[in-house]
Amino acid sequence: MVIKTYQKKMLRKSLLLCLFLAFWFAGGTSVFAQSPSVPVIKLPQLQKYLQSPSDTTYIINLWATWCKPCVEEIPHFEALQKQYAGKPVKVLLVSLDFAKDLDKKVIPFVQKRQLKSTVLLLDEPDYNSWIDAFDPAWSGALPATLFLNNAKQQRFFVEKPLTPALLQEYLSTKFSL
Amino acid sequence: MQKSLPLLCLLGLFALLTSAVLVENGYQVGDVATDFKLKNVDGQMMSLKDQKNAKGFVVTFTCNTCPFAKLYEDRLIQLHQKYAPLGYPVIAINPNDVKASPGDSFAKMQERAKDKKFPFAYLYDETQEVAKRFGATRTPHLYILQKTANGQMKVAYIGALDNNSGDPEKVTQRYAETALNSLLANQVVAQTSTKAIGCTIKWRAEAQ
Repeated sequence: MVIKTYQKKMLRKSLLLCLFLAFWFAGGTSVFAQSPSVPVIKLPQLQKYLQSPSDTTYIINLWATWCKPCVEEIPHFEALQKQYAGKPVKVLLVSLDFAKDLDKKVIPFVQKRQLKSTVLLLDEPDYNSWIDAFDPAWSGALPATLFLNNAKQQRFFVEKPLTPALLQEYLSTKFSL
Repeated sequence: MQKSLPLLCLLGLFALLTSAVLVENGYQVGDVATDFKLKNVDGQMMSLKDQKNAKGFVVTFTCNTCPFAKLYEDRLIQLHQKYAPLGYPVIAINPNDVKASPGDSFAKMQERAKDKKFPFAYLYDETQEVAKRFGATRTPHLYILQKTANGQMKVAYIGALDNNSGDPEKVTQRYAETALNSLLANQVVAQTSTKAIGCTIKWRAEAQ
């Protein structure tokens, strides 16, 4: 009788443990399968990068999921991130998709392409109020890319789709990379 | 001859540089726009001078394929319906290269104009000459032209239609309407240029 109660208790305990483990495991896997994070930022957060005093070369690509030439050139920027791994080079992919399309379009895109670069969504719909502040040479057309190293006082802006060859040319001639 | 060679080179270089600068910059506010002759979706060739009663035009570089251009189609229709009777019709121009963007062929333009019942002309800038001359970089990209007393077309405003592409209900500044109202009231246009996000014009491969 005593043994039977003990067995029952053990059974209940192990069931609980199983349940606990199952939850823990489920929780654990869900962390691994988490959707990529794409922070929605405002201009001041972007300006932190633009004004960063560090000796880092920032490659800030302005894109959107709806912009075909942007989507076509994204692998070239991803390749840079790999090529300059361990070096003070940082690629920022700044999406100008609408904030309402974050979950529907931007995150699925980042997930599908398995993008490794930092992806941000700039939620500033009153374009005329900040385009000149980003770069006076920018007309607003996408894609556009800003190369920046404040410590070396180097800055280069280009408003057109880029090829890997062009990217390498800019980085080697203008930033000695 | 040998002496004049460096001079010739210099002149050639100068010509090359100035032409490059001209293409790069296009029209600025206050410049006089030259007329063009482009094919409308109805098959007829069209020039600005054909519309003798117009006080000016809202020349808009737009296309079939750019989501931002599409977001403004209904607003362009409304702008035309409001301002064409007052003398400022919309003239839409598609500058995209058909090879780079097959959805912007003349046939597709005709389809789009029919589907959306465009009340305005929708012209095909096949050679991209007009877009280059204006200095258009993106779709949509608006140029408001005002006819002067001597019949010239003066650029009065360059930029966006309003300040919210994504949501017409959240618009707080109607740049194009404000400029047109000033022109109609013989007042100075306060904000003559604005910038906005748009799709880069799909230039021909050799033009890049």
